Amino acid sequence: MIKSRFRNFSIGSTMLWIIVFVVVPYVFVMLFSFLERDPVSAVAWKFTLDGYRELLSPVFLKVCWYSLLLALGTTAISLLAAYPFAFILVRLPDALRRMLLLLMIIPFWTSSLIRTYALVILFKANGIINTFLLWTGIIHEPLSMLYTQTAVFVGLVYTLLPFMVLPIYTSIQKLDWRLIDAARDLGATSRHIFFRIILPLTMPGIVAGSTMVFLPALGLFYIPDFLGGARSMLIGNYIKNQFLTTGNWPVGSAASVILTLIMCLFLYVYFLSSRKAHTGGMGDMA
Amino acid sequence: MKRAARFVYLACIYLFLYVPILILIAYSFNDTKYSTNWQGFTWKWYYQLFTDSPLKEALVNSLIIAMASSVIATVLGTLGAFAFYRYRFVGRKVMYTFIYIVMMSPDIVMGISLLMFFITIGLATGPFTLLLAHVTFCLPFVVVTVYSRISGFDRNIIDVAKDLGASEMQMFRHIMMPMLMPAIIAGWLLSFTLSLDDVVVSFFTTGPSFEILPLKIYSMVRLGIKPEINALSAVMFLLSLITVSVAHLVTKETR
Repeated sequence: MIKSRFRNFSIGSTMLWIIVFVVVPYVFVMLFSFLERDPVSAVAWKFTLDGYRELLSPVFLKVCWYSLLLALGTTAISLLAAYPFAFILVRLPDALRRMLLLLMIIPFWTSSLIRTYALVILFKANGIINTFLLWTGIIHEPLSMLYTQTAVFVGLVYTLLPFMVLPIYTSIQKLDWRLIDAARDLGATSRHIFFRIILPLTMPGIVAGSTMVFLPALGLFYIPDFLGGARSMLIGNYIKNQFLTTGNWPVGSAASVILTLIMCLFLYVYFLSSRKAHTGGMGDMA
Repeated sequence: MKRAARFVYLACIYLFLYVPILILIAYSFNDTKYSTNWQGFTWKWYYQLFTDSPLKEALVNSLIIAMASSVIATVLGTLGAFAFYRYRFVGRKVMYTFIYIVMMSPDIVMGISLLMFFITIGLATGPFTLLLAHVTFCLPFVVVTVYSRISGFDRNIIDVAKDLGASEMQMFRHIMMPMLMPAIIAGWLLSFTLSLDDVVVSFFTTGPSFEILPLKIYSMVRLGIKPEINALSAVMFLLSLITVSVAHLVTKETR
């Protein structure tokens, strides 16, 4: 094994950065979630489970329930929309496919804040949709669309849909179509082919996509801030408030630990599904 | 018939994704302050955008941070990807998996963990902490982009270079870097976009004295809609569109 200074430098720089700015801060989060709240220095060095106990309060449980339902709904709708979409896309002629793929990658990388803001314009009381509906005579009074739970839901789906499409597309692209031909030759029905071959082989993509939709759907606090009413709060809004409004670090940290545990669950499912399918799904996002 | 159904389905998805953006861009040229009716074409809001000092200042701040953090992340990430490919070291597999986890982990967790970290070690939040935070979330994307290209290389190239007497550094500089250039450029462009667009991590890691565009937009929209924001959003969308398209072309052309 060659041990040059360059070797140590190239390994060390990235490793060190990740350790200092990801691992250590995260250890702080875990540590602070078990500490007592202090009005002067944010936390006092005394062990307590108060941070977690607060999470059992009706206030947080309500936010949590609402946020989880929304995230689940967003994931389900995105999945239902993205799966057939990716299937159609994969089988298109090359030039067209490449162009349409780029059109999907662009919203993946562009600011979701700006895309959410575009929805604000669209939903405004005197906005385009109302003007159109009034003009066609379907409605006689402007609908109030902005500042509703539905607006938050549409906002989440709108922002996160590309994050579901791309991993699924990647996994469908890797699908070996010969397996399907073989199954058909051996007399498998279409239903069998889908549930026994296509679905398990594309499962890593489905899980990766679901992870990339579900987790941000819990945290993107500006979507309810822009589109929702006073009552719509995601777990992200709750965490944000703990740090910026109430200054309660232990509770905010405890909520973040919960969020991380949810992520670990998803990653574990991803690990299981990709071991089963032997195909990736998270790579190639550029 | 089936073809038509497919076409309609694709069209619906793309309309859903693009119509709001196109309307936003259209309204950025609308000559009225309040109404959403069309009142004629104007460049007024763009003019105001580039003369209005708070917005201009935030734009300059954003560009500086995006440029600095994407360059640092690209240098570190390229070296890191090379190290993952070339060397076997303790914790290599764990670290690589960890980089994926960082990419997937919710922004808000990274934001608050860095906030608490900076405050605890006594670093006042401002441009410097913002820079550190941006490098941190860009780094994994560079590592993964570069690694996905480098892992397709023929390992014999390294042996040839070593046989001819190249040092590790020379081999990296004169053989790996030119071959990796498309991936390095793509990683850099994507980092630049990520940094320019980030809201959540920046929200927690910058101080009140240092404003950047996404946060400025965030606070302005909460107070009410202003036509300058439409113009600004259109500009930012266009900027991302260009960088992402270039990054996409650079990686696909040379594969």
